[in-house]
Parts: sequence; C-alpha cells; structure tokens
Amino acid sequence: MAPVWVWADLAPDGVAPSALELLTKACALSDGVAALSLGPGATVGVATLGEHGASRVYASDDERLVEPTSRVAAHTTAALVAEHAPEVVLFPSSYRARDVAGRLQAITGSTLMANAVDMPSLSRARAEILGGTTVVEVALEGAPPHLVMMRPRSFEPEAVGGVAEIVDVPVVAPDDLVAVRVLGRTDAAASGPSLDDARVVLAGGRGLGGPESFRLLEDLAEAIGGTAIGASRAAVDAGWVPYAMQIGQTGHTVKPEVYVAAGISGALQHAVGMKGSRRIVAITKDPDAPILRMADLGVVGDLFQVLPSLTEEVRRRTGR
Amino acid sequence: MNVAVLVKWVPEPEGTPRLGDDHLLVREGADGALDPGDEYGLERSLQLVERDGGEVSVVSMGPGVAVAAVQRALAMGASRGLLVTDDALRGSDTLVTARVLAAAIRSLAPVDLVVAAVESTDGYTGTLPIGLAELLEWPSVTFATSLDVVEGELRAERQTGSGTELVASPLPALVTVTTGVAEPRYPSLKGVMAAKTKPLDRPSLADLGLTDDELRPTQTVDSVGAAPAKSGGRVVEAGPETAAEIADLLAEARVI
Repeated sequence: MAPVWVWADLAPDGVAPSALELLTKACALSDGVAALSLGPGATVGVATLGEHGASRVYASDDERLVEPTSRVAAHTTAALVAEHAPEVVLFPSSYRARDVAGRLQAITGSTLMANAVDMPSLSRARAEILGGTTVVEVALEGAPPHLVMMRPRSFEPEAVGGVAEIVDVPVVAPDDLVAVRVLGRTDAAASGPSLDDARVVLAGGRGLGGPESFRLLEDLAEAIGGTAIGASRAAVDAGWVPYAMQIGQTGHTVKPEVYVAAGISGALQHAVGMKGSRRIVAITKDPDAPILRMADLGVVGDLFQVLPSLTEEVRRRTGR
Repeated sequence: MNVAVLVKWVPEPEGTPRLGDDHLLVREGADGALDPGDEYGLERSLQLVERDGGEVSVVSMGPGVAVAAVQRALAMGASRGLLVTDDALRGSDTLVTARVLAAAIRSLAPVDLVVAAVESTDGYTGTLPIGLAELLEWPSVTFATSLDVVEGELRAERQTGSGTELVASPLPALVTVTTGVAEPRYPSLKGVMAAKTKPLDRPSLADLGLTDDELRPTQTVDSVGAAPAKSGGRVVEAGPETAAEIADLLAEARVI
C-alpha cells in the first residue's frame, strides 16, 4: 500500500497528542505508515509513535530544524519526500506544522489541504467550512504527496502495539537558509488542567472588557474544579491573556463535557475550536450573537452579574 | 523602504456566504469588503514608511469587485495598488494564488518587506503567505504581534506554540501579523478622494509571465452538504433563576 506519513509535532514529554491522532488515521489509510520527528527531543517519543502504528520514524534532533522560518524543516522534509515518495503527508494544525507544510507545498508543487477533518481515501479530504455549517469533500490532485492539515481532535488515538525503526535524517540547511535570529523567548506558564484535557472549559472574550475580568472565570473554575480557562482571539489579540489560551481556528480545539463562553460572540474563527463540546453554555449581552445558536443554554444578560452568582451557586452545591 | 501589503476582498463578514452550483464561494454580486484582518498590517506598514520613508503598495488577487478592497487600502494611505483579476483564477488554490502573488511582487521590485495577515477571514487556511515566502526564497516571520524595522533589519515578536519569540531577520523578508500590531486608521475624506487618482495596475496573467501549468489548481470541491445542525438548545434572558439553571446543566454533565 502507498506510504502515508505523519508530521509528529514535538512536545516536552516527547510527542504531541496530534501525532497519535494522525497516526491512527494514517493506519486506516495505509499499512506503510511512517512519522517525521524533527527537532531537539526527536527520538524521545519514538516508542510511543511505534505503539500508535508508525513502522518507521524519520528523526533528527538537530536544533536548526526548529529555527523560526521553518525553512530548514521544510527543505529537510522535501529531500525525504523526494527520496521515499510518500503518497500522503498528514500534518496537524499547529503553528509550526502550518509553516512547514506551507513551505513544503511551494517546494514540491503539491496540493495542500488545510482545515481537514477527515480523509475518506488517499485522494479525498473532508472539511467543514463557513463556521462548521457546511461540509465539503475535496478531490486532491497534482504531484504527490498530497499534503493535508487536519484539525485537532479529529480522530481518537488508538495504540496498536507496534515498534518503530529509527531512520536518521540528514538535515538540509545551507548557510543562506538560516537567516533569522532569535533574540529572546518567553514560555507561557502552564498551570492547572490543560485546555485539551479539562472536563470543563471556561472561555472569555471581548465582552469581559479587560484582563482583570478573567478573575471572574478563575473564581468559577476553582468552584467547579477540573476546569481550564481559555479565550477568544479577540481577547488574545487585545493582549489581555497569552496566546496559549486561545481557542478557535488559530489556537486550541477543545471538546470538554461543558464549555462556557462568556462575552464571546461566536465568530466562525471561534466556533470551529469549540463546537465539538458536549454541552455549550453561552453568556452574552448581545441577543444576536451567533454563539447563542450553538448553545444548549444561551443566556442573554450581564456576565458581570451572571458569573459571580453562578460561582456562588456552584460553591453552595460543591462546598468548595 | 518599499513595503508590499497583501490584501484580500472577502464577502461581507456579517453576511451569509454561500456556495454556487460549481461548489465555489459566490463572490460576484455578493457584498464584500477589504478583509478587516488586512488593515492591521497595512496600518503598521504605513506607520513604518511615514517614519522611515518609502512606499506602501497593496497587492491583491480577486474578482473585479475586489477593486473596492484595493481602493479602501489606497484611501487609508497606500501609494499604489496592483490587482490581478482573471476568470482562469476562479477556484485557485493557495499554491496558485501564491504563484500569482509572487509574480506580482517581483513585478514591483524592489520590495523590501511583504506584510500579510496571518490568515484571511473567509478561507482561514493561513498557508498562502509562507508558501509565497518560499517561492520568493525569502525568510519569513509568521504570527508577529509586533513589527518594526531597526537598522535595516526586521524585528518582530511572534507567537509560537509554547509562548513568544523575539526575532530579527534580514530584509527582504515576509511577515504575517496578528491584529495586535497596530490600530488601523479610518480613511479620511481626503484619503478617499486621493485614492481615485493613485496608480492601480491591473496586469494580466500573461503580463506576469505565468504559464497554464502554474495556474492549474490541485483541489476540486466535488461534494457539498450541510453539517448536522444543533438541536434542542434554548436561549433565556438572565434572571434570578439563571445561576441555578446553569448549575443544573453542570450537575447533569456530572462535572459538579
């Protein structure tokens, strides 16, 4: 069967969850599945990638592979693709993967399908457009490999119990490719349950009016427990909270048991990141906000009154 | 310094977009405007040339009605516009679009900096600018939340998956910006009047030296359906019972 590759994003503990989701899909499409693991820590997750169906992991922990332009990663991947001719390369929808896939497309002249939620076959992808109201199927043509970026959490990861062989990757990095210098770096500190795992997600938007109002969400989160706090792009762009909290097309896709949107209008950008939530509660003062149409319970009113009284009610019931 | 800002005409963000019989977004005859996401990078570019000298060009590919988006950018203060319109480009994918825009940027040479929004408000793929950077063989800085040029070098803070990075890049370079880089100005009446006399190039695909092979899209939408609709939701006015109602839902979901 034609080989299908998976771009495995790196994570502090080895492998990003998206890599395992994509491997599960890749195994359904092909029995020749390999993963690309490029950058410092590349070999840490090899066993996990193997357990999830990668028979090979093309790996290099060369730090030039994470330079900010993604040129080195893209050219290194292009050389591998030219040598081994995979039929499909699946990418997650992360920042780095988007940059690598975008450059790779320009090098190979291949098709690049973004925002896919499924691949019914090696040459077809499915996507939800117009804020998830419409499903389209797209025939992929042109020079192989087909490059497909999948929305997060489109597939449930499944361990199949294999072992991966590591193949060392030669890095393609001519001097003139490395032109951008990193002068400084800050890491967004993570605390509490992550957006990806929390059973409850509370998200704040423009309607909160400023960064200090996120305190209302923190109080409620503490009362509920097991809760993560996110934000709409408007709140992140305004500089109220760090990008790491962003939910939506650019940012996290969450699927908690309960999603509470406070002061969020529910633009298409945001909807794709949360509409898979099991139950949706929206609190907004705008009776025409699109988010109300997605909500199981939509509340039109003043969030500065609703949130504190909800926190009090939850505290009364949970004793926290 | 010469800056080229990529702009896009998008269907009215508040409107109801729809697909035609050919499974493509209906653009002709639809209400539309300059993509609001493009105004932030345009504003920052105007600020940079107002401070350091130079010229801002706006570059776009789109249907005939897209002239309105270019005019709006000219009214905000850009010096010249370039719009590529051709029926053959209908249904173009991001790679074809990147090739057309790369040829357009080359025709404007010398360009020191290309500025684009991180993604368009209608398509949301976000892969076009970086593909364009590769075609130009330029460095790129994506997801910049601040943008400056210091001593002939691009300085930008960018969002990454794990936090932020402050980076410096030689020019020419391509940068994609978030809405955090600047607060867009509103075009003045004088700006709107002046826009009508500013140069607006409308090169053909042949003028840009593009071949049929380069213009062949690699994706065809061949089936369209409605996503399953949400049912059973209800909307209430906030009142004394609201907190209890939401708490009931939390209890039903077994999260409290």
